[in-house]
Amino acid sequence: MQRIGVFVCHCGTNIAATVDVKKVAETLGHEPGVVFSTDYPYMCSQSGQDLIKNAIHEHKLTGVVVCSCSPRMHEQTFRKACASAGLNGYMVEIANIREQCSWIHKDKDEATEKAVILGRAAIAKVHLDAPLTAGESPVTKRALVIGGGIAGIQTALDIADAGFEVDIVEKKPTIGGKMTQIDKTFPTLDCAACILTPKMVEAAQNEKIKIYAYSEVEAVKGFVGNFHVTIRKKARYVNEDVCTGCGLCTEKCPQKKVPNDFNLGLDTRRAIYIPFAQAVPKIATIDADYCTMLKTGKCGVCSKVCTAGAIDYKQQDTLVEQEYGAIVVATGFNPIKLDKFDEFAYSQSPDVVSSLEFERLMNAAGPTGGTLLRPSDGTHPKTLVFVQCVGSRCDGAEKGKPYCSKICCMYTAKHAMLCREKYPDTDVYVFYIDVRTPGKNFDEFYRRAVEEYGVHYIKGMVGKVVPENGKLKVQASDLIGGRQLHIDADMVVLAAAIEPDETARPLATMLTASMDTNDFFTEAHPKLRPVESPTAGIFLSGACQGPKDIPETVAQAGAAASKVIGLLAKDHLTCNPCVAQPDEMMCNGCSNCEKVCPYGAITYIDKEFRGPNRTTLIRRVAQVNPAVCQGCGACTVACMSGAMDLKGFSNKQIMAEVDAICR
Amino acid sequence: MNKEYLIEDIKRIAGVNPRKCMKCGKCSGACPAYDEMDYHPHQFVDMVETGRIEELMNSRGIYRCLSCFACVERCPRSVEPAALIEAVRDAVVRQQGADHLKPERIPEILDEDIPQQAITSAFRKYKK
Amino acid sequence: MQVNESWKPTIVAFCCNWCSYAGADLSGTNRLNYPANVKIIRIPCSCRLNPMFILRAFQRGADGVILCGCHPGDCHYTTGNYYARRRMTLLFSMLDFLGIEKERTRVEWVSAAEGAKFAATMNDFVATITKLGENRRLEDLRCKE
Repeated sequence: MQRIGVFVCHCGTNIAATVDVKKVAETLGHEPGVVFSTDYPYMCSQSGQDLIKNAIHEHKLTGVVVCSCSPRMHEQTFRKACASAGLNGYMVEIANIREQCSWIHKDKDEATEKAVILGRAAIAKVHLDAPLTAGESPVTKRALVIGGGIAGIQTALDIADAGFEVDIVEKKPTIGGKMTQIDKTFPTLDCAACILTPKMVEAAQNEKIKIYAYSEVEAVKGFVGNFHVTIRKKARYVNEDVCTGCGLCTEKCPQKKVPNDFNLGLDTRRAIYIPFAQAVPKIATIDADYCTMLKTGKCGVCSKVCTAGAIDYKQQDTLVEQEYGAIVVATGFNPIKLDKFDEFAYSQSPDVVSSLEFERLMNAAGPTGGTLLRPSDGTHPKTLVFVQCVGSRCDGAEKGKPYCSKICCMYTAKHAMLCREKYPDTDVYVFYIDVRTPGKNFDEFYRRAVEEYGVHYIKGMVGKVVPENGKLKVQASDLIGGRQLHIDADMVVLAAAIEPDETARPLATMLTASMDTNDFFTEAHPKLRPVESPTAGIFLSGACQGPKDIPETVAQAGAAASKVIGLLAKDHLTCNPCVAQPDEMMCNGCSNCEKVCPYGAITYIDKEFRGPNRTTLIRRVAQVNPAVCQGCGACTVACMSGAMDLKGFSNKQIMAEVDAICR
Repeated sequence: MNKEYLIEDIKRIAGVNPRKCMKCGKCSGACPAYDEMDYHPHQFVDMVETGRIEELMNSRGIYRCLSCFACVERCPRSVEPAALIEAVRDAVVRQQGADHLKPERIPEILDEDIPQQAITSAFRKYKK
Repeated sequence: MQVNESWKPTIVAFCCNWCSYAGADLSGTNRLNYPANVKIIRIPCSCRLNPMFILRAFQRGADGVILCGCHPGDCHYTTGNYYARRRMTLLFSMLDFLGIEKERTRVEWVSAAEGAKFAATMNDFVATITKLGENRRLEDLRCKE
C-alpha cells in the first residue's frame, strides 16, 4: 500500500475562488492510502515545495498528488522537488484543478465536487505508480549528412567547425548540388559559383569532413546516438586515390555523344567526364551507360592516355559501414518534369526551356558560353516570354503540385532583369498569377525589374504555345488589360515547380522519418522545431523540408548543425522513461506492435525460456529499445495478448482513473 | 426563382466549385473564342462566385463558348469554366421552359468523338 | 424514458497530451465554460486509448465517452491519431450494435490552439448526452480479481 500525500494549491484566488480547497483537502484525506492532506496558497513557491519535501520525510510518503494547475505547467517542478527529497519524481501525479476546473466553472459546489473527483483519479493513478528511472544511451560522436548541396555543405562545415567528425554522402560525382548550375543569385545578382566553390573546397580540405561522392545510403539501422549506416560507393571505374583530375581522358574519349546532364542535356559530353571545372572531388567518372569499353570491351583510350594509371574498368561498387550519432537529411529538390504541360509545347520545341535550362544558357560555363542563344538555331532571341507557376499551385496530383514553389517569382525577376541588362534590344514578358516577394530586398528587386529594366509584367496566364515557322506563337490572357494577347516569341521560359528529390521517399522509409503527401520531410513542430524530424536524431536541412531559397537553406543548415552539435556534445542521452514495455511471458510473437511502431523501436528476438521438465523453449518475443521509443502507446493497443504496456500510463492506471471518475 | 437558389443550382449542375479559382486567367489565355465574347471565361467563374448571375444569363457570351473544353483541360485548379457555362445555359433553358430543338433535326454528320456535352451545348446554342 | 431532475451525465474525455489536453488547458486559460460533468484523462497520444478503457467507462456508469486527439497529419507521434481513428470507428459500430447509442461516443480533433473548439465540443457533447438520458450500464461478466 502506498503512503500518499495530497497537496491542494489555492493558486492565490485562481483556484480558491471557485473551489473550496479546504473541503477538497479534507475529503481527499479520507481516501484509502492517503496519510497526509493539506492545502497551501502557492504550491509551486519555494515554501510550497518545502512543504512537500518535509511531508515526504515526516510521513514517509511513497506517492504525492498535487491538486494545482496543468501538469504542462509544473509537473517538472514537483517532480524535481520530490526527487530532491529522495522520492522518485515519477511518483508524483497532478490533478489539474485550475485550467480544467476552477477556471471553467462558476458554481462553487460543482467545481469543488469536480476537484475532488479529479483528485481521486490522481490518487487512484498514484497507487499504481512505480518509480521510473530515465535510461541512458551513449552517443557516437560523428554525424552523417545525406546530400552534398549547399544545405549539406553548410551543415557539415558548421558541425566540423565545432570539432565533430562529419561525413557527406552525395549521389552525384561532385558535391555542390543545384547551386553549381545556377548562374547568378537573387536579389544581389552575385555569381553563384563564386560564393559556392570556396565552400566546396573548404569542405574538401577540412580534416573533420569526409566526402563520399558518387555514393548512396544503402541501409540505416539503430537509433539516436547510435545509427549504423551502410554506404554504397558506386563504381567510378577510376581509382580515386590515383586520379589527379587533369582531365586529359575527358578530352580524348571517342564517345562524344553523351547528353550532358550538368547542362540538362543542352549539349553533350564524353563517356568519361568531370561534371565541371571546379568539381569537388575533381576526379573523372566513367558513365557506364555510354562507355564503349565497358559495353563492348573494345576501346580503352582513357586508360592509354591516363599518365597516372587511374582507370580501372574492373572496379566494383563497395559498401562502407559506419557508425553515426546524428543524421542530417539534405536531399534537396528537382524541378518537375514538364511532359504533362503540353500546352506550352515543351516537348515540341527546343526553344521552350525550363528556368534551370535558361540558367545554363545564361551561364558563362554553360553550353553557349554565356551568350543567350536559341537552342534550336543558335540565333539571338528578341522576344522572350516567361511563364510563372508552371505546375505549382495546382489542384490534384495529376495537374501538378498543390504548393507554391516559392523561389520562381524571384528567379524569374532575375532572369528577366539579366536578359534586359545584357540584351537591351529584347522584349521580355512575364506572365504571373501573383508576384510573391516576401523577403529582404525581394520586392525592391522585382520593382527594379519592372521600373528600371522595363520588363513587361502581365497579370494573366499563357493558355497555349504553338511552334510555327521558327517562332513560338504565344496566346495568353491579360486580365488587367481585359484582352487576349498573341505574342510571336523567340523563346518561352517555364518556371517549373520544384519537388523533393526522388531518393527522398526511400530514404525516409530507411530513416523512419515522416513525410507529407508531397514527399517533403515533416518537421517535429512546424513552428518551434523546424529543423528536427519527429524521429529522434534525424535533422532536416534545406529544400528536402520544403521549397527554400539559398539564404533560407543556409540558415536552416546552420540551425540543423547547431542541433546536431547539441546532440553530439553529450556523452550520454537521457531517455524518456515513459516507454513501452512488453511482458515477455505474455508476448505471443505476433509482430503487431512492430508494425504499428512509427519509430521502429520494437524488434523481435528469439529468447530461451524454461520449459516443463527442465527443457528450454525458444520463443519469439518483442523487445522495446527504450532509447528509440517515444512513448506514444500505439503498440499497447495493437497487442492482442495484452503483453505490451506503457510505463507511466499503464492500462491499470488509466482504468483506475476511469473507475475513480465514474464512481 | 430566387438568386441564391439559382446560383446553388448552377453550381450543382456544373459540379464545380468556383471558389477554388485562384484567378490566374489561364482559361482566358487558352480560350479560342475569347474575342467573340462580351464576358470571358475567367469572368464567368467570377460572376457565378460573386452572384452577378442575371448579367451572365442575359449575356451573348455564353453562347459564344464553343464547349471545346480547352479551359477545362488547362485549369490548374479544376474549376472547369466550360462546365459552369454549360450549367448557366442550362439554367436559361430551364427558366424558359421546353427545349425548342427536335431530335429529328439532329444533324447526321455527328462525329463519334465529339464529347457528349459539346453536342448538347451545341443544341442549346442553336435554339437561342 | 424516465426523467430524473437531479441526474447529471458522467462524461469521460480522453485527451492526448500534445494537442487536446493543451487545448483544454487553453479553454481554461480563456475562461471558456463547459459543464463540470466532463472529466479529462490525460493520455500520451490518442492511439494510447485502448478500446478496453471505453468499455470500462461504460461498465462503471459513464454516460458518454469522447476522445480528443491532434488533427489528422498533426500527430506528435506522426501516425497515432490515424490508428485511433480506425480503432474507434470499429469500436463505435460495435457499441452501437450492443445498444449503446453511437451519439454517446465521439472522436474530435482539437489542436493546442483550439481552446474555443474544445469548450464548444464539450458543451455540444454534454447537451447531446443529456438529451439521450441515462446510459445502460454494460455488465462486466468476467470473474472479479
